[in-house]
Parts: sequence; C-alpha cells; structure tokens
Amino acid sequence: MRSIYLLLWKDVVVELRAKELVYATIFFAVVVLLIFCFAFLGGPKPTVDVAAGVLWVAIALAGTVGISRAFEREREGDTMRALLLSPVPRSALYISKLVAISLLMVIVEAVSLLLVSLLFGVTVTHFGTLVALLLLGTAGFAAVAALFGASLGRARSRDVLLPLLVYPIVVPVLIAGTRGTVALLTAADPAVAAFWLKFLLVFDAVFVSLGVWVFEPLVAGDA
Amino acid sequence: MKLRPWFLVVVALAALGLLAAPQLILSAPRETTMGLVQKIFYYHVPSAWICFLSAFVCAAGSAMYLFKSSEAGDRLAVSAAELTVLFGSCMLVTGPLWGRKAWGVYWVWDVRLTTALLLFIIFIAYLFARRYGGPGSRKLCAGLALFGAADVPLIYFSVSIWRTIHPKTTVVSSLGRGMGIPFAFSMLTFTILYIALLEMRMALERARARVDELHIEAEDAGLEN
Repeated sequence: MRSIYLLLWKDVVVELRAKELVYATIFFAVVVLLIFCFAFLGGPKPTVDVAAGVLWVAIALAGTVGISRAFEREREGDTMRALLLSPVPRSALYISKLVAISLLMVIVEAVSLLLVSLLFGVTVTHFGTLVALLLLGTAGFAAVAALFGASLGRARSRDVLLPLLVYPIVVPVLIAGTRGTVALLTAADPAVAAFWLKFLLVFDAVFVSLGVWVFEPLVAGDA
Repeated sequence: MKLRPWFLVVVALAALGLLAAPQLILSAPRETTMGLVQKIFYYHVPSAWICFLSAFVCAAGSAMYLFKSSEAGDRLAVSAAELTVLFGSCMLVTGPLWGRKAWGVYWVWDVRLTTALLLFIIFIAYLFARRYGGPGSRKLCAGLALFGAADVPLIYFSVSIWRTIHPKTTVVSSLGRGMGIPFAFSMLTFTILYIALLEMRMALERARARVDELHIEAEDAGLEN
C-alpha cells in the first residue's frame, strides 16, 4: 500500500513540475470537442445522445494521447526499467500507474464535461451519479490502458498499437458510459444509469484483477 | 516440416467431409420462407462457432505462454489467432449476405453481430501487433488474447441490452432431421478442418523455431557471420 502511494506520488510530482501531460491532454480534448461542434452544431440542435457520445469519445481519444505520452516519457528517461528493477511488487507498480492515469483523465473529464454542457446546452442533473459513472468508466479504461501502455515499452509503432489494442477492449466501457450518461441527461432515469454503474463495476473488477495478474509476466522480460 | 502422425487421418476426414457436405446440404429440405438463401446457414454457423472456439484456444495458449513460458503455448496461440481471423472473415462475409435477404440490410448493430465484429477486430489487432510490434510483441499479444477472451462476455452483455434480432441458438434444436443432419455434419466437418489447419500452422511454427535454433547453432560453430 505504501509503495503504491510512493509510486503515485512520484508520478504526481513529475507531472506537477513538467505540467506537460495535463496541458497537452486537456488541449487535445478541447480540440476534439471543437471538431465535434463544427460537425454537429450549426444545424438543428442535436439530441443528447450526441452530447453523451461526444463526451465519451473525447475522453477516450484524449486518454490514449495522454497515456501514450506518459509512457513515452518513462521510456525516454529509462525510468520504467529503474522501476522494474526496484524492490516493489509489480502489482503495486500497476495499481499506481492505473491511479495516475485515472487522475490525469479525471482532470481532462472535468474540463470536457464543462465544455460539453456549455456547447451542447445540456443541463446536468444527478451530478453525483454522473461523476460515479465517469470515475468507474475511467478506472476501467485506465486498467486496460495502463497494462498495454507499460508493456508496449519497447515495441515498434507504439503510438499506433496503443489505441489499436485498447479501443476494441474498452468498447463495453464506452457503451456503458454513453448509455448511462444519456439516461441521466434525457429522461433523468436513475434506474438505467444505476444498471450501467453496476455493469462498469463488474468490468472494473474483472479487468483490474486480470491486469494485476497479467502485469507481472507481461513486463517481466522488459527490465 | 514434421507433422503429427494423426494429421493425415484428420486431413482425410476433413476432405471427405468437405466432399460429402455439399451433397447433404443440397438434399436437405428447402426452407419455406427463406428458400435457397437459408443454405448459407450450413456454412455461416460453423464458421462462427470455429471463430469463437479458436479465440478461446488462442487465449488458453497465451495463458500457457505467459505463466508457464511454454513455447508450444505461444505457437498454439499464434496459429489459433490466424484461424480466428480466417473463420471470422468467412462468418462476416456470409452473415451479411443472409441478413440482406432476411432483414433487408447487410448490417445491424445486433448483439451477436457486434460481439463477433469486435472479437474479429481484437484478433486483427493481435496479428497486427504480432507482425509489427517488434521485440516483446509475443507477450503483448498474449496479454491481448487474454483480455480479448475475458472481454467477449462483457461485450455480449453490454450490447444485449439493445434490441436483438439475430436468430437465437434455439433455432438449431428446431431444425428437425431433414436440416439437422446436414447441419450437424457441417459443424463436425468444420471442426475437423479446424484441427487439421491448426496442426498444419503449428507445424510451420515448429519448423520456424527449429530453423532459428539451427541459425544460432551455426553462428556458434562459426559457420555464419
């Protein structure tokens, strides 16, 4: 537990000093949202389905950009190797990466949610449920992305491979997130959203435990 | 290329099956509403079955490779992954042809179609990563296969909340003898064919590993530089 905290703190301090990831990822998410606005706004007002979809697509796209860059930075400084050589359990390393990625994505999501609600003119009721939906979705996304981001360490064409590996697997997260958000925005149907929340919980449980289990053999040869 | 002794038997059985299947399918009763198009069913369902079976074979092989460092597991995984994509292509070509006639459109976002498509995409990504991933890609792919196999039930469940119009699997038990026997025969033939192809592909991987070993031995002996 303590090593998770220390590893996480390391990532936070590095990022606080550089601020590169946060700015780059937020700006990327903003640009993606603007592109969607140019595509959808201007004509008749799109339905809330579109707003929910745009939010989650922007999160997914910005997520991979941020994660890709985060692991690129580890690779440039060869710090991943140092971490793998250090006497911390591999599972702690995985969990800390997962939480670090989630933190980054939560910041991006806060900005994206604000922009989507402003630009698409949706009012957010059931704010707490929406936040829970976003947090669980982020954890599921990060559970998959942290594993493949770390194990892509030495692979060629990493930048192409990361989204290629992550997106097909996180499709259930995107479906659950989008459907849950739509349920909250349109009819404000908390029962449907609660169902998707439970679904995301199952997804997170499956993929975090699978990630902890697979991380060790997957990155073992890379040290 | 060394093949297992039972390989010839399996190939002979698959060949016989593939020769006999068209006759059986032709003599099967014509389905009243769909007519001739229904016959695609004898090809489509076995392809889909093998596609999913192969995906789980690949995951099993990957687990053996990841946790036991078994080279044979890795060979099994890569062979099964290629066959998943191969039979997946058969499934994705024949399905829409039937769908055009039955539903009037080639594609709908139905649960089975979506799950099958995503499984197919995951294994395309597997082959892509394997081919272009460079060092470490074998482990990466093994992880992907495990995640992919675990993902299938979740994808299925998440999409099943949407409307399902694909025929249910209970259709199979309602076939009756006339269509049931050719169908069972097709399933059996495809499975035998799958085993034959899998063994052939694994033999190729074994030969490849042996060539690599010989290269290293030759280098050690100073024969190559």
